[in-house]
Amino acid sequence: MITMNKVSKHYGSFQVLADCTTHVNKGEVVVVCGPSGSGKSTLIKCVNGLEPFQSGEITVNGVSVGDPQTNLSKLRAHVGMVFQNFELFPHMSIAQNLTIAQIKVLGRDKAEAEVKGMQLLDRVGLRAQALKYPGQLSGGQQQRVAIARALAMDPICMLFDEPTSALDPEMINEVLDVMTELAQEGMTMMCVTHEMGFAKRVAHRVVFMDHGRIVEDDHKDAFFANPSSERAQQFLAKILQH
Amino acid sequence: MYEFDWSSIPGSLPLLAKGMGVSLEITFTAIVVGIVWGTLLAMMRLSSVKPLAWFAAGYVNVFRAIPLVMVLLWFFLIVPNLLESLFGIPRGSDMRLGSAIAGFALFESAYYSEIIRAGIQSVPKGQMAAAKALGMSYGQAMRLVVLPQAFRNMVPLLLTQAIILFQDTSLVYVSALADFFGTAAKIGDRDGRLVEMLLFAGAVYFVLCFAVSQLVRYYQKKLKTA
Repeated sequence: MITMNKVSKHYGSFQVLADCTTHVNKGEVVVVCGPSGSGKSTLIKCVNGLEPFQSGEITVNGVSVGDPQTNLSKLRAHVGMVFQNFELFPHMSIAQNLTIAQIKVLGRDKAEAEVKGMQLLDRVGLRAQALKYPGQLSGGQQQRVAIARALAMDPICMLFDEPTSALDPEMINEVLDVMTELAQEGMTMMCVTHEMGFAKRVAHRVVFMDHGRIVEDDHKDAFFANPSSERAQQFLAKILQH
Repeated sequence: MYEFDWSSIPGSLPLLAKGMGVSLEITFTAIVVGIVWGTLLAMMRLSSVKPLAWFAAGYVNVFRAIPLVMVLLWFFLIVPNLLESLFGIPRGSDMRLGSAIAGFALFESAYYSEIIRAGIQSVPKGQMAAAKALGMSYGQAMRLVVLPQAFRNMVPLLLTQAIILFQDTSLVYVSALADFFGTAAKIGDRDGRLVEMLLFAGAVYFVLCFAVSQLVRYYQKKLKTA
């Protein structure tokens, strides 16, 4: 579904990504982790072209992201993305947040978009909040709405960029539960996250990054039981203590 | 001791009201054109297409570095002749109002574009990213997501600029156009009661501008609690 081949990116002389090669198969859940500043978020934003990259190739469902001929808007319409800071549109109601792109991008009519939006709100347990505005919801609720908004576009895969990092601890699980359910239904997912419990339970593979490089790319059991690089061992030792 | 005599005011109210009509017409047209053209300038200035950004920056810098009264005089002296020769409008037709409105609109656009640019930049970058991630084009993301939020944040500044603009319309006296201030001065001259007339005119400007500025404060409070 997603392939990356020797993707590199630099800001001036600063190398953000160096020769990153990995893939996500259809129906697979891949967790990307690593210390902050290691390039995880940049990597995932390259997948839907929100961040440009200088060399290498990324394809999503066979379409090359870096190719100037590619219609990126069309590609993004079917690649769901969930952001660290939710990024709901604060001037629109929850219902409008869920329908705007369906109507303006996919060309669905309003009634159809509303039905779809309400189904997904129901699914994330927030049907009752449809008429509220994002500012009236808790962080966890906002993030669930953001997931529903992405799902409303019928995505072929989902990208999660640290979806729980901006949440209070007691709200993390409600978001992870939605993500777990999604994974169990067979959604193709690429998740940048520090939630190692989620990775252990749900992921198929774990990609570990450091200084813009993919240091490990392994089946999750192998990664947690026996990380091959010293950097990953240190990272796990720190993060798994608590 | 100066003896105040306000008796010439009641009789001149219809004329003064007509003058106020001219002032308001200039103000509103300049606001509407200023915001539309200013938004385009702001988007050009933030654009990655360099020539557009340079043009917008040049425009803004030129107009902000010239006194308004000079812009008005140029428009009064040059634009009517230009229009006459371009469109064959008969000589001597009164185009003072048109040229004053054009001058104000183009001048104010420069100020509005800076306010709007700051407004666009006040919207978190993630909003544009989220809109694009949903498949929106740059234009859709701007129109549906970024600009509505930018304008909501900008309303107080835009209204404040409107107050300044309204006060500045009195500068059209250079073209002898009968706006509110010009009418008041003329009537004062005619009746030999210039001091009273100008005090009265000043009071009217004060009441209107103060009322709008209170509105701005009320809106700002509401924006803070929302």
